[in-house]
Amino acid sequence: MIQAELSSKFGTFGGRYVPETLMPSLLQLETSYTEAAKDRTFQDDFRRLVQEYSGRPTPLYFARRLTEHLGSGRIYLKREDLNHTGAHKLNNVIGQVLLAKRMGKKRIIAETGAGQHGVATATVCAMMGLACEVYMGAKDVKRQSLNVFRMNLLGAAVHSVSSGTATLKDATNEAIRDWVGSVEDTFYVIGSVVGPHPYPTMVRDFQRIIGDEAKEQIMACEGRLPDLLVACVGGGSNAMGLFYPFIQHPTVGLLGVEAAGLGLHTPHHAATLTLGSPGVLHGMLTKLLQDEDGQIAPVHSLSAGLDYPGVGPEHASLQESGRAEYMAVTDSQALEGFQLLSKLEGILPALESAHAIAGLMERAHRTTADQVVVVNLSGRGDKDVTAVFEALEGEGAHEPD
Amino acid sequence: MSRIEHCFTQLRRAGRTALIPYVTAGDPSVETTEALVHALEESGADVIELGIPFSDPLADGPVIQRAATRSLDNGVRLKDIFAMVERIRTDSDVPLVFLVYYNSVYRHGAEPFLRRCAALGVDGLVIPDLPLEERAQVQEVIADLGLDIDLIPLVAPTSKERTAQLVEGASGFIYCVSSLGVTGMRERLSASVKDLVEKVHRHTAVPAAVGFGVSTTEHARTLKPFADGLIVGSAIVRQIEAGLDAGDSVQRVQRFAAGLRQALDEEPGRTPGVR
Repeated sequence: MIQAELSSKFGTFGGRYVPETLMPSLLQLETSYTEAAKDRTFQDDFRRLVQEYSGRPTPLYFARRLTEHLGSGRIYLKREDLNHTGAHKLNNVIGQVLLAKRMGKKRIIAETGAGQHGVATATVCAMMGLACEVYMGAKDVKRQSLNVFRMNLLGAAVHSVSSGTATLKDATNEAIRDWVGSVEDTFYVIGSVVGPHPYPTMVRDFQRIIGDEAKEQIMACEGRLPDLLVACVGGGSNAMGLFYPFIQHPTVGLLGVEAAGLGLHTPHHAATLTLGSPGVLHGMLTKLLQDEDGQIAPVHSLSAGLDYPGVGPEHASLQESGRAEYMAVTDSQALEGFQLLSKLEGILPALESAHAIAGLMERAHRTTADQVVVVNLSGRGDKDVTAVFEALEGEGAHEPD
Repeated sequence: MSRIEHCFTQLRRAGRTALIPYVTAGDPSVETTEALVHALEESGADVIELGIPFSDPLADGPVIQRAATRSLDNGVRLKDIFAMVERIRTDSDVPLVFLVYYNSVYRHGAEPFLRRCAALGVDGLVIPDLPLEERAQVQEVIADLGLDIDLIPLVAPTSKERTAQLVEGASGFIYCVSSLGVTGMRERLSASVKDLVEKVHRHTAVPAAVGFGVSTTEHARTLKPFADGLIVGSAIVRQIEAGLDAGDSVQRVQRFAAGLRQALDEEPGRTPGVR
């Protein structure tokens, strides 16, 4: 399942734009990961944990009422929301923490936005008995105080980051700063297909289990490959995980859905691929939301998991080559998707995943009745109930961050 | 011969160690930075490092982060910094080095950025997030256009066997990172810094300057027997910060730099012509 393809670039994107202090460790990480990927024991450990601990394989569910409602296509949901801790995030964390242990690292650090990746990392560290410290923007600490408490319960220390915009971008800066000073004994578990090489490749390899399973499952249900895959894109790990095993099949369309926040005509969005330009942030060359001088722009999305001014470099490359298509939906559209899926299927999606549903709703008219569509339901929505309540009570008048 | 090379040649003959202060351009205004450059030159700075403010300076500690924020909050743009350098060059020949994150170079376009720097008389570039593996994209532009700009490599305590490769073909000086971590004042310098400098010396004749955490006259005395230069950033920026309310940042920096200069020049000095 895990496969190492260790080119440091995806087309012109990717690379490793980090201080020299970190370079020897990134090279070491690349070597260790390549060895682990070829090692049967490592792969068996990974497979055993994602099955026994996280509950894989996750089901591929035919959404009958959603299909009827949209009146076109045959819509399947890949139920990543049924993983332990409620999202696809755990797949990657299990892989990276296993690798950290193999490399003899004693301390784990991570960045988190809303807290999903932080909780996943704290969870796996508790299970494997490793010390865990999580960097989180001060604004997010306030907005997501329950997740901070969850991480504390799991034995992790949470550092509140008040520099810059005090959100995910700054939490990532601070995690990298920690790592520059602690690189000899510390492993940095990055939460998405972002950062310097080999992270985007490694995280994608740990997440491709989503697409590998979906492929087998759809062949069993439909006897053929799907026509379209839909997934939300913040950093883009759930999308990369679903897309990757299908890239080689040209008949399978790939659609990534970004956050248009309050609208693409306003500055309050996070539609990096849709409106961004190439640049370097967090160790990678990718598409960024930035000004003419290359200063990173403040971004907005109702969904904290999509609230990021960069994107995985492999997505930038898939967009450039035309292999994948990217669109953006607003906070309001995502809220509609959230409510629709709740009412029609009895599934509360994470606000991130609600963007994928909203993207599908917008594209439904282009889909014919016999087309097979797989949507990645990357996470569950319990964490977002308060935010949705506030947004709906406020009649959709969402304040930017 | 570049301004930096000329400067180090003179210093070596005199048996002196270079003082390389750092200030963030536009902190809190370009006018202050311009005044600081002249003041630092008068106080005995040999090379001056100008930081281009960036929204996400991941190699910097809190002091220099705050400086970048002050500059950006005051609306300082790259074009204002270029204009400032142009004014400085009308009456100063002090070697100038930009400390610039790669996105500022990339966004501007590496070729136009480097051409502009060369035309304005910027003598060197330190790009903290452009490691050996990525630096060809800048190095080739400099070589192809025949620009008189030194791309200054950083050597870290973790570099070990990479050192030879890092300093190969370097010009200007080598930036020796004293310890792990980001920029910022440290009470004590790492004991391994001497080994790091000696290792660099074994691989190149290009001068080796030490930065990260260098902040006191005591550090200056410790370093001067073996380092060709010392880079002082956060400690200088702290002086700027301390003078913000009273408006005496320039005087404070001048006094502080003069103290470092004195510590470097007092006996016992270095043996002229030898490192």
